[in-house]
Amino acid sequence: MKIFKLIFKNALRHKLRTTLTILGISIAVIAFGLLRTVVSAWYVGVDAASANRLITRQAVSFIFPLPLSYKDKIEKIPGVTDVSYANWFGGVYKDKNQFFSRMAVDPETYFDVVPEFVVPSQELENFKKERNSCIIGADIAKLYKLKVGDQMSLEGDIYPGTWDFVIAGIYQPKFKTTDAMQMLFHWDYVNERMKVEMPGRENQVGWYVVQVGDPSKSAQISSQIDALFKNSPDETKTETERAFTQGFISAYGSIITSMNVMSWAIVGIILLVLGNTMVMAARERTREYAVLKTLGFSAKHIVGLIFGESMFISFLGGGIGLLLTFPIVAGFSQVIPKGIFPVFEIETITVVLSVGAALLIGVLASIFPIQRALGTKIVDGFRFVG
Amino acid sequence: MSEIIQIKNVSKSYWRNSLEIPVLHNITLGVEEGEFLALMGPSGSGKTTLLNLIAGIDRPSRGELSVAGTDIAKLGESALAKWRSSNVGFVFQFYNLLPVLTAYENVELPLLLTKLSKSEKKKHVEAALNIVGLGDRMKHYPKQLSGGQEQRVAIARAIVTDPVILVADEPTGDLDKNSAQEILTLMERLNKEFKKTIVMVTHDQHAAERASRLLHLDKGDLSANGKG
Ligand SMILES: Nc1ncnc2c1ncn2[C@@H]1O[C@H](COP(=O)(O)OP(=O)(O)O)[C@@H](O)[C@H]1O
Ligand SMILES: [Mg+2]
Repeated sequence: MKIFKLIFKNALRHKLRTTLTILGISIAVIAFGLLRTVVSAWYVGVDAASANRLITRQAVSFIFPLPLSYKDKIEKIPGVTDVSYANWFGGVYKDKNQFFSRMAVDPETYFDVVPEFVVPSQELENFKKERNSCIIGADIAKLYKLKVGDQMSLEGDIYPGTWDFVIAGIYQPKFKTTDAMQMLFHWDYVNERMKVEMPGRENQVGWYVVQVGDPSKSAQISSQIDALFKNSPDETKTETERAFTQGFISAYGSIITSMNVMSWAIVGIILLVLGNTMVMAARERTREYAVLKTLGFSAKHIVGLIFGESMFISFLGGGIGLLLTFPIVAGFSQVIPKGIFPVFEIETITVVLSVGAALLIGVLASIFPIQRALGTKIVDGFRFVG
Repeated sequence: MSEIIQIKNVSKSYWRNSLEIPVLHNITLGVEEGEFLALMGPSGSGKTTLLNLIAGIDRPSRGELSVAGTDIAKLGESALAKWRSSNVGFVFQFYNLLPVLTAYENVELPLLLTKLSKSEKKKHVEAALNIVGLGDRMKHYPKQLSGGQEQRVAIARAIVTDPVILVADEPTGDLDKNSAQEILTLMERLNKEFKKTIVMVTHDQHAAERASRLLHLDKGDLSANGKG
């Protein structure tokens, strides 16, 4: 027999209590992992955003368009390397609950400003040639089992009517954080039809995407662009894509903050659960610790017994929880519409935090019972009546 | 014969809420090697306290205390623990076995602190359990044993390290008459056959009669009285 065996046997002494404690820890770790994953998925959006890409939009609101004529003017500003533009199309493809971005873009320039969308050059050439063609992200292709040459039909809402497209290409995401759930088609194709069907809505651009050569000039170029259209009917607001995304995220900031706080509150709850179990266990064993000390076992052994048991339970609970977190997060990422979080998976930091939390809890939960066991004199331990 | 336990002018008080509770007054006592000493006295007279001092699980407030050649009042906490593990075997009224361990594992417990090899440990544990007549109950857990059997396991645990002194605090206090007789016979045998010096606290006149010397403790004062 080793002292380890005694730890093990002690932990399993009250099977129901230990099982419930382990279960409680597992559930809490799953909740922790899930919340951390949501939090980190939000911030992935910021990280993925490019720092040398500017977004120029209507100053009052994102929903008001800008004139097409701004493109030539923005291009003339020194330091600007590329200008492209896009419109939010909206619409529905098959299932209105399945969300992905659908945008009308300038086919000639758009893929120059989003180099993280990797399109085979032949497919890109075909796309530029065919007015009713589109390029879709690899995740859309996978989700709907689509391939080059297939038809996609959208039901428009912002742009009413039925819109038919042929898939000319499929882009692959360059980075893990790249959104591979976008559908991009010809701005001209949409614009031509608007000219005929809804006069007055032609030649409108949702926003410009401006590529700058030197990201340190971003701020300066942004104000130059906005200055250009000052006092015109359509003033602009230009910011880096990262600032743009951050603004979007900070709108949800309080939710994220509360999730953050909640995830740590959960750690606190696990601590109370395990702490309670350990205090109860140590109290019941007051007499046994006195016996062990009488037999010559030292403080080191007593600490080992209590600490070992606490660690055993917290790691078992933490381990089970962590193992279950993976399939659960994977399950969630299946049901969460793809376009909301480009990346929804457990990050290394989440695993590290979970393990770290389990470790910390194991240590903290054993402090009080250890203190008590060591502080009790042998003779008092024998006289103790639980 | 030499005195294996020498107690000189030992007093012991407990402190509760800065209130002194005197328990033992100026006790002087010598126990010869190989003696079987019984301590009797009314409840609360300090028998357990005196036994605890001899066994090195408590310290005197005043006086000198030498057991098995060591001045144990002067030892530090960990040195004292080490001293106990190699010099004293303990038998308690309520057996104090660990419920999660089998009879074998309970007896093995004190050997975890030794450097004995696995097979040597096995030999010692089996020998001790055979002496107390429980060689066939090694895999039983305490709750699967009778009170008398539990106490015998506790005695096996006390002798497995082959200590020179055994202390027993009312070892038959919680047992029926027959079991008590068995335990006392076993104690006698350990004293005569295995030459253990035994100090036993008891309430029971019959138990006391098995000893070679009987002392009375009354309100913290010793008085000789017995066959020795
Ligand atoms: N650890 C202790 N703390 C405080 N008082 C104690 C302690 N141990 C014993 N006493 C007191 O000392 C007296 C003698 O106790 P004890 O030695 O257990 O007597 P006995 O074993 O003869 O019944 C009692 O009044 C008891 O309350
Ligand atoms: Mg007593």
